[in-house]
Amino acid sequence: MSPNASARATPYWLTGPTLAVFLGLVIIPLGMTVLLAFYDWGQYKGIVAEFTLKNFREIFSDSYFLEVFLRTLRIAVLVTLFAILIGVPEAYILNRMAPSWRGICLLAILGPLLVSVVARTLGWALLLGSNGLLNRGLMALGLIGQPLEFMFTETGVVIALVHVLIPFMILAVWASLQRLDPQIENAALSLGASRLTIWRRVILPQIVPGILSGSIIVFALAASAFASPAIIGGRRLKVAATLAYDEFLNTLNWPLGAAVAVLLLAALVILTVGTNRLVERRYSQVFE
Amino acid sequence: MSRNGPFAILFHTLFVVFMLAPLVVVCLVAFTPEGYLSLPGRVWSLRWFRAILDYPEFLRAFRDSLWLAALSSTVAIGLAVPAALAIARYRFPGREAMTALFMSPLMVPHVVLGIAFLRFFTQIGLSGTFLGLVLSHIIVILPFALRLVLAASYGIDRRIEHAAISLGASPAVVFRRVTLPLILPGVVSGWLLAAINSFDEVTMTVFIASPATTTLPVRMFLYIQDNIDPLIAAVSACLIALTAILLMALDRLFGLDRLFVGTGKG
Repeated sequence: MSPNASARATPYWLTGPTLAVFLGLVIIPLGMTVLLAFYDWGQYKGIVAEFTLKNFREIFSDSYFLEVFLRTLRIAVLVTLFAILIGVPEAYILNRMAPSWRGICLLAILGPLLVSVVARTLGWALLLGSNGLLNRGLMALGLIGQPLEFMFTETGVVIALVHVLIPFMILAVWASLQRLDPQIENAALSLGASRLTIWRRVILPQIVPGILSGSIIVFALAASAFASPAIIGGRRLKVAATLAYDEFLNTLNWPLGAAVAVLLLAALVILTVGTNRLVERRYSQVFE
Repeated sequence: MSRNGPFAILFHTLFVVFMLAPLVVVCLVAFTPEGYLSLPGRVWSLRWFRAILDYPEFLRAFRDSLWLAALSSTVAIGLAVPAALAIARYRFPGREAMTALFMSPLMVPHVVLGIAFLRFFTQIGLSGTFLGLVLSHIIVILPFALRLVLAASYGIDRRIEHAAISLGASPAVVFRRVTLPLILPGVVSGWLLAAINSFDEVTMTVFIASPATTTLPVRMFLYIQDNIDPLIAAVSACLIALTAILLMALDRLFGLDRLFVGTGKG
């Protein structure tokens, strides 16, 4: 097979259709959305194709929008933290299980990933309501005197999102745990290291890249989550995604909604690329 | 092999309860005989499952969701197979950029994609159409199809294909009789994962669905926004049951870890 022109063209023939579809259906629509964010809008005149920074100025000067973005950030940070705190030990436990048990447990932990997010969040709405199971259980145990407010609060949204997103953390950490050589752990043990020391000095450093990549996924998905905050948070507790939805389908101020979406996308792209750079630079020796 | 201590087992048990509790509660509430949200006591009733039949919009949305998932994942796998073969076997200028582009729907928030498609489809007159739904779903599920086919394509022994060529097989025959059978597990699991993701997609679809063409998750979401009652719990319970059956079948066929992680090799 000589590297002639037709052989060189082959990969382009093979990827061509997908590339055409992505140029037409990803690049162009996203480009149009970015443009839209710089368009003018008025209650009566509708969308006006005139370049303006009005939408961004409005977002950065109005405390309502600032509050929504801060809430989104707070929720995403908390969800990521809890996903690490719960997901990392769980992945470790899972990895040490006998294979037959692990199969069943994986089914229980990863299975919910395949169930519609709407059905899962409905479950939390039923559990967290003021008359819900969690409150009734806590009251029956005498731990609380009156129902705690979970619905329409950030706490409720965080709980639901941790449930929805934690499988991604477990998968990422589990993937890096599978690459570990169990002999290293045994070596540390035979040299007299305590369990805690082994965790801190041997296992943790090797799975940090897995935790970081899991954190990026969980954070990005939590910051842009829509269905769970909309159902648990209700109409008043807005996050970035539900704010954009509101602007598009209720207020009909599309340029403003597009500006919210562009800001969300830009923030996530910067965060993802930045973290990836950091991981590659600091942990390149782990991947080698 | 199991060296987990009692504390680890306890932690794990609590975690599994946490993961399953919301799903179990939905299924229990669906069997309530009452007209309001409650757990069934001594009497279990199927009245809310029967009530679904009085809401044809749920059934219609379910049918549309199935069609949408089948169509979009079939097109996506049709695009993904040649693209994956090119990426797995050739080193060509633009290869990394293309791979990143094809995987980008995983990183772009679905809200942003929903807004982008709403704007685009409104401009070209596709908004609220079934074709619009199919096109947008192809984009969001293609990365899943591509990733699994790619993993399968990296694993093939090219010498088998070379043997076929040296025995006089045409490129079409080599693909149909040698290459495709070799990557078939990746193709089937990629198609399935793509179809499931299409079926479950709600965030992007809520922007571009119209009352006439909508999907089951969007219909459920809009219903829940208005009120939460045992009816919607019954609809969700059906969905959970369906997923559970599918999940067990998948686990038998492929092994779940393979489906989720791609392959163990990563």
